[in-house]
Amino acid sequence: MSTVLDRPNAIPVPVPIPSGEAVASLDRVTKRFPNGVVALDELSLTLRRGEVVALLGPNGAGKSTAVKLLMGLSSPTSGAVAIFGADPRNHAARARTGVMLQVGRAPEMLRVREHIELFRGYYPSPMAYADIVQVAGLSGIESRFFGQLSGGQKQRVLFALALAGDPDLVFLDEPTVGLDIKSRRAMWAQIELLVARGKTVLLTTHYLEEADSLAQRIVVIDKGRIVCEGTPAEVKSLGSTTPGTATGGSVKIIRCATTIPTHALLNIPGVTSATVNGDFTTILTRQAESTMREMLALDLSLHSIDVQSPKLEDAFLALTGDHD
Amino acid sequence: MSTATLNFPRYNPLTRSLPIFLRETRYEFIRLLRTRSFSFSVVGFPVVFYLFFGIVMNRGQQIGAISVAKYVLASYAVFGMVGAALFGIGVGLAADLAAGWLDLKRASPMPPMAYVLAKCCSAVFFGILIVSLLALMGITLGNVSLSFAEYARMIALTVVGVIPFVCMGLALALLVPFSSAPGITNMIYLPMSFCGGLWVPLMFLPHFMQTIAVLMPTYHLGQLMLGAFGYASTGTTLSHWYGLFGFTLLMLGIAGMALRRLEQNS
Repeated sequence: MSTVLDRPNAIPVPVPIPSGEAVASLDRVTKRFPNGVVALDELSLTLRRGEVVALLGPNGAGKSTAVKLLMGLSSPTSGAVAIFGADPRNHAARARTGVMLQVGRAPEMLRVREHIELFRGYYPSPMAYADIVQVAGLSGIESRFFGQLSGGQKQRVLFALALAGDPDLVFLDEPTVGLDIKSRRAMWAQIELLVARGKTVLLTTHYLEEADSLAQRIVVIDKGRIVCEGTPAEVKSLGSTTPGTATGGSVKIIRCATTIPTHALLNIPGVTSATVNGDFTTILTRQAESTMREMLALDLSLHSIDVQSPKLEDAFLALTGDHD
Repeated sequence: MSTATLNFPRYNPLTRSLPIFLRETRYEFIRLLRTRSFSFSVVGFPVVFYLFFGIVMNRGQQIGAISVAKYVLASYAVFGMVGAALFGIGVGLAADLAAGWLDLKRASPMPPMAYVLAKCCSAVFFGILIVSLLALMGITLGNVSLSFAEYARMIALTVVGVIPFVCMGLALALLVPFSSAPGITNMIYLPMSFCGGLWVPLMFLPHFMQTIAVLMPTYHLGQLMLGAFGYASTGTTLSHWYGLFGFTLLMLGIAGMALRRLEQNS
């Protein structure tokens, strides 16, 4: 089976193509629901062995639909879905895949141990019980009923179920939603361990910090299409410039109090945008040093300077427009 | 460009599925037993009803050759097993569907039939539990004489008789949203039990009720259960089996259509 490499909807980003083999792929997949809603529009996405890919996007962007298609819970209107080169509904493909979904309510009157044993039993070569408990941080609560657990503990049990089969490919749909900072960081550490063991992880998340710290590759989707993809650093720099004009160079955000009018700022080489907010002006520039020099020459009273690298949040908002 | 491919030894589907099915069944039964809102009502209702209507009110009464306590035992046994099937499957599956729990199970290599059959089998186990409890109450408290053959026939009818109602539960779970599933199930279960003659023997109901009873699967199973004691009053044994079989096919058809609709929307 060959893997299609072209991603027709993506803005070409100079990503060094990961050399690993394709583990899962969506190939020009369109998903149209009977009510006419197009959740995915000719979307192509390839996961390669050993990488963590974060699928990022506002609510309704098509993240969950993409994950459902990859899990074989839904079939595409057109296009092809493959997991380990097979149909995602194939039993052998499922045997190598682990899934963590946002579950509203799991059977509450089963003990943590029973849940894990049940899921271990589904897989031909499951992870050792003790390892699952250790990795998911469940020791001490194994005999509790699921219904008695706190939100964070429930998330950890669901994480344990995703690992039960010792899968090579793991889908984590919003794995840390509702967790406090401490549990969230603990789960990140566990996800990093998975990757260290050569697992491939697809992560969907609302938390940009999560994508930033875990993923080697971020795919931003909106309205069923890929808006951009690349390393976290690339996505950040891309989001803060006008898409299509990105020519490299690191983008900086300058905030300061200045009397220079916006039109004059925009004439300074490197500046891509300038907005006034009360006493402060925010300037995006690709040549921070020369821009600063010029601004200081133009306005001797300029003060309160703050220079930042753009965060993923800025890129995300710039790329997906003004959603919620 | 290489693509990871599957390199898996072939598994015998049966040797792989059987242990999964057995474990799934065991945990489903344990889970339902522990869920008191389920086990107390599903076992409690027929027990309390039988205690009042079969034992307290009719102790030792005979109508002709028919022992009332024994007659009512058959009716409430059916009432109990129908409840176990409708609530165990109907409400249980609707809950799993609504919560996304079923999605998680479907994405795993669990054979889907293991899940459905496990739910079906635990309904049968609850049916056997209820029938045995009622029989025990009848013998010890209601002076019911029950031969072992009669008890064995009751159990055999329970195992088979639960199936049409399991199918009905499937159809309900796929059609009705979880939030309203318990209410709607009760709205079907209780009238269906009454109209099928499970609460009050059919001969005491108005004539038009006796006519529509033929449409009730509860009527057919009730008559078969009475037949196990030699008490059947209306229709032939074969006609009741046909009735149950037709109802099962109807429910499977509805469930199949509902499943297709769900799949199209997913």
